[in-house]
Amino acid sequence: MPATAEAIVVGGSAGALEALSTLLADLPDDFTVPIVIVLHLPRHKPSVLPEVVAAKAGRPVREPLDKEPVSGSMIYVAPADYHLLIDQGVVFAFSVDEPVNFSLPSIDVLFESAADVFGARLIGVLLSGANADGASGLKAIEDAGGLAIVQAPEDASIPVMPNAAIALCKHARVLPAAGIRAYLLRSAGCGEATERKENHDR
Amino acid sequence: MHDDTFDTELKLILEAIYLRFHYDFRHYSPASLKRRLSQAMQRFGCRSLSGLQERILHEPGVFPELLSFLTIIVSEMFRDPAFYLALREKVVPFLQTYPSLKIWVAGCSTGEEVYSLAILLKEEELLDRSLIYATDINPEALRKAKAGIYDLDRIAGFSEAYQAAGGRTSLSDYYTAAYGSAVFDKALRKNILFSDHSLATDNVFAEVQLVTCRNVLIYFDRALQDRAIGLFRDSLSRKGFLALGAKETLRFSDHAAEFSEFAGAERIYQKE
Ligand SMILES: C[S@@+](CC[C@H](N)C(=O)[O-])C[C@H]1O[C@@H](n2cnc3c(N)ncnc32)[C@H](O)[C@@H]1O
Repeated sequence: MPATAEAIVVGGSAGALEALSTLLADLPDDFTVPIVIVLHLPRHKPSVLPEVVAAKAGRPVREPLDKEPVSGSMIYVAPADYHLLIDQGVVFAFSVDEPVNFSLPSIDVLFESAADVFGARLIGVLLSGANADGASGLKAIEDAGGLAIVQAPEDASIPVMPNAAIALCKHARVLPAAGIRAYLLRSAGCGEATERKENHDR
Repeated sequence: MHDDTFDTELKLILEAIYLRFHYDFRHYSPASLKRRLSQAMQRFGCRSLSGLQERILHEPGVFPELLSFLTIIVSEMFRDPAFYLALREKVVPFLQTYPSLKIWVAGCSTGEEVYSLAILLKEEELLDRSLIYATDINPEALRKAKAGIYDLDRIAGFSEAYQAAGGRTSLSDYYTAAYGSAVFDKALRKNILFSDHSLATDNVFAEVQLVTCRNVLIYFDRALQDRAIGLFRDSLSRKGFLALGAKETLRFSDHAAEFSEFAGAERIYQKE
């Protein structure tokens, strides 16, 4: 596991919103690692994802702009019709070009660029989906020393995407959505804090 | 993932391209460059960037093809209809006050954006008194832009966008269909000057009232973006307009204070 993750990148397609809801439900305030999400979207339509995700996570969610710095405690979602990349600096970058794996935005494109910038200080999470986008991106994260996490196929509404990633990534942790959430909180140093808070509330 | 050797080779190949072909990609966004060059390596069957470098230097014909990997010439007519609507409803009233107009479409690619603009200007009765400079660095893209011929199977999408952009008639009034292609009306480009111009290496060439540079700056690093935006500032007359792509903003630019937001959501700025 990377000692200190500086970012978490998340990809998914059909059925991923459900998993995301579990993953991001009411994140504790001391969870400050930025999260960047690519979900496959219909073309030429403004995305409603920011509102949907913000409602689940209870923190601001935005579609980044070109050259915007990647900042802590933020959740970013990729807009429609562009590939979203992470560039040196650490800032967001965009490209309008051909779809990759029939997808624009493509998970592979985000994951590969993030692996290049963050190296071992990155966690990649791949969720439910009906195609193989994201698998080779997750492999790139693993190759750069980062951590690959895949939603367990039996936990995913559509296991094609998780299965493709598991076949390619030798060291991937395979966990149900709730397990991924627990893992992310622990790796961000929030595990104890949340438990304490829950006990206290009781 | 790219290792340090790849990063070294990246610097070298960009330098080689600059010295040999005078195209300056040294200040393009590294993330995009790496991605496109990795694709090019696959296409040319090269195991390393050095291998690719050797081929572009020694085999004629390789560089022109590589150029299509480095310059991403994807375009659409009336991309982001809301932008064209804002142009029509908010910017045109200003443009109508000028007796003659000059407009610069920087990074015009294969021309879809220029024809969209020409149609809009025609419908607003501005085309006859406008001169549009349409510039790009990709000669193949410029050639297609001059021809104004697009695949017929793209037209349905273009028509939909044209309507959403406030089009006054039907897009079919502006082209004739022939052999699977839509050939756009020559009269539209009567006042369009297509030419080779690089935002990385060339300078200002005219005073204009409107610059549109959409989805070009995303491929540049911040320093090169500032160079390009500086050219636009110097080229624009006072209170002239600058239109960027949907994900592009002046917020992170050194020139931010020299412009004000005119139609924020549509990324239209006005020079102070
Ligand atoms: C994705 S296209 C944008 C086309 C169009 N403006 C649109 O939004 O539909 C980017 C274009 O920028 C051009 N370009 C790249 N570098 C450039 C430079 N230094 N100067 C001028 N144009 C450049 C490319 O050749 C390409 O045609």
